[in-house]
This record gives sequence, structure tokens and C-alpha cells, in this order.
Amino acid sequence: MSESAHPEALQHQFVDLAQQKEAASLGMWVFIAQEILFFGGLFASYAIYRYEYPAAFSAGSHHLSWRIGFANTLVLIASSLTMAMAVYSAEVGRRKHVAGFILATILLGSVFLGVKYFEYSEKIAPCLGDGPHAGCLLPGDRFDASTVHLEGAEGRHAQIFFSLYFGMTGLHALHMIVGIPILATIAVMSLRGRFTPEYHTPVELVGLYWHFVDIIWIFLFPLLYLIGAH
Amino acid sequence: MSEPAAARTETASPPHHVVSGRVYLAVFAALCLLTAVSVIVTGYDFGPLNLLVALGVSVAKSTLVVLYFMHARYRPKLTGVVIAAALGVFVILVFLTMTDYVSRPWPLAPAR
Repeated sequence: MSESAHPEALQHQFVDLAQQKEAASLGMWVFIAQEILFFGGLFASYAIYRYEYPAAFSAGSHHLSWRIGFANTLVLIASSLTMAMAVYSAEVGRRKHVAGFILATILLGSVFLGVKYFEYSEKIAPCLGDGPHAGCLLPGDRFDASTVHLEGAEGRHAQIFFSLYFGMTGLHALHMIVGIPILATIAVMSLRGRFTPEYHTPVELVGLYWHFVDIIWIFLFPLLYLIGAH
Repeated sequence: MSEPAAARTETASPPHHVVSGRVYLAVFAALCLLTAVSVIVTGYDFGPLNLLVALGVSVAKSTLVVLYFMHARYRPKLTGVVIAAALGVFVILVFLTMTDYVSRPWPLAPAR
């Protein structure tokens, strides 16, 4: 039954498309499992340093705008919704809807990254140039601890918070930057009629990736922006 | 191939479940609501439980994403095994590392 249905999509080592899809999905889940541990090292570092330096983490977190973080969280969740709708459209064979929903996902992802760029530049811009570096929050010689109302050892500890802030959100943003061209490729493939209700595994797999990136942010938002009572 | 392909298809192909747009919208609404909750709870001081409350909301949100957006609820048990294994190893990573840091009188230890 299946061999004749879509021979072009079925690789010879699989019995049918369903089995092929199961294998591909499981592979993607194993990749995601590995990604959890990839980010896990950073989360473990965060746990250790937050335990060691709670005051510096609290001060650093209070300086981040929770309103911007909150809005960006909603943007990213919305991009996950459009991604899920793209997968749904592929399942029911609406290829133009697939491309449309993926385009929406790319746009929302770009809004998220644009906001992130604004947040980064606000912290990094004061570090540039020769003059005084008041407000500089990039860890290093020019870091201005008075921005987060700390001095001495606690000021240095705040640098660790901002190192983790840039490291964790940066790795997360990198995942999105990698994801966007993959999404664009899938959208073009859909418009070219490469997917059917029987075969649309690439749409599902890029969806799994995008949702995973969303989950990482779901944890980063409270851990970085919402420490302690406001 | 020693057995007929049709017989093997039965075990190789679990039924595919299409999740409807309405379910996705409901999950999206719940995620937005929980994001608001994550901000609102920071207005209250639960003392040492602050972190647990914040993580609890995040775990609830992630569970919704994994079960519905990522279709884990409709996938074979093997997917659940992969997820559980990944989380298990992550917990070991953090737990064993923390046992070292909280028990060692390192220069990094907070003043008591």
C-alpha cells in the first residue's frame, strides 16, 4: 500500500512512510535530549553562582526590564503557536497555509531577536569608546557595577550574573538565528509542493526544534528577569 | 525480508493523531495566562520558595508545550523514555554538581 503511495519520499530501508517518520521523529527527540544537556551546563552554572551570590543576582535581575522580557515571552509563545499551526496545515495538506504560518513564525522570531538586539545594545553601547563607561554592563574591565547599585566584591559578582545573562540568552538567540533559515527553507519546500498529508516530516521536525527553543526561553525569563519579589 | 511487509506495518505504524487548531489556541491562551502568573507571583514574597514557585510555573508551561505543541502526548512511549532520560541526566548533572558546591568550604562559599 505505502510503497506505491509515495515512492519518492520513502527511503528503501523503511517498511513504509509511517515507520520512516517514526524513526526521523525519534532522531529529532534524541537531538533535543542532547540540547537539554547542552543548555544544562549553563543552567548548572547559573544554579551554583546564584546559590553563592544571591544579592548580586537579585540586583542584576532587577536592572533587567521585566516588561520587555514579558512582552518578548508572549512574542515567542505566539511564534510557537504559528509554528504549531504550520504543522497542522501540513497535516491537512494546505501548503500555502504552511508557508504563511511559517512566515509568521519567522516574523515573530525576528521581532524577538530585534528586541534582544535593543536590550543588548543598551547594555553594551556605554562600554564603547575611550570616555567614562557609566552604565556599561558587559562583564570585563569596563563593567560599571554602580549601574546595579553594587560595589567591591558584590560588583564583581554581578559580572558573573551578566556573563550568564549574555551567555544563556546569546546561546538561545543563536538557536533562533540558526532556526530562521531552516524555517525559510521549509516554507519554500512547501510552496513547491514537496509535502503532503502523508509526508511532511521536515515541517514537524523543524516545529519540534522551534518549540524546544521556546521552552528554553520559558525557563530563562523567570530565572534572569524575575529574581526575587519586585 | 522473511515476513510479509503488511504484517510488519501493523507494529511499525502507530495511528497518527492530528491535533486541531482549537487545541493549539487553548494551549496558547494557557501559556499567556501562565506567563502573566509568573510575573504576578513576583509581587509576593514566598521566602525561600520564590525560586520553586517560579520554576513550577515554567515547568507547567513547558509541559503544555511538550505535550501539545510537540505532540508528545500522541507519540509512542519510546519518545517519553527519551524525554525522561534527558531530564534524568540533567537532574543528575545539577544535583551532583550542587552537592559538591554546597559541601565544600571553598573561597566561593558565602560568609556564614
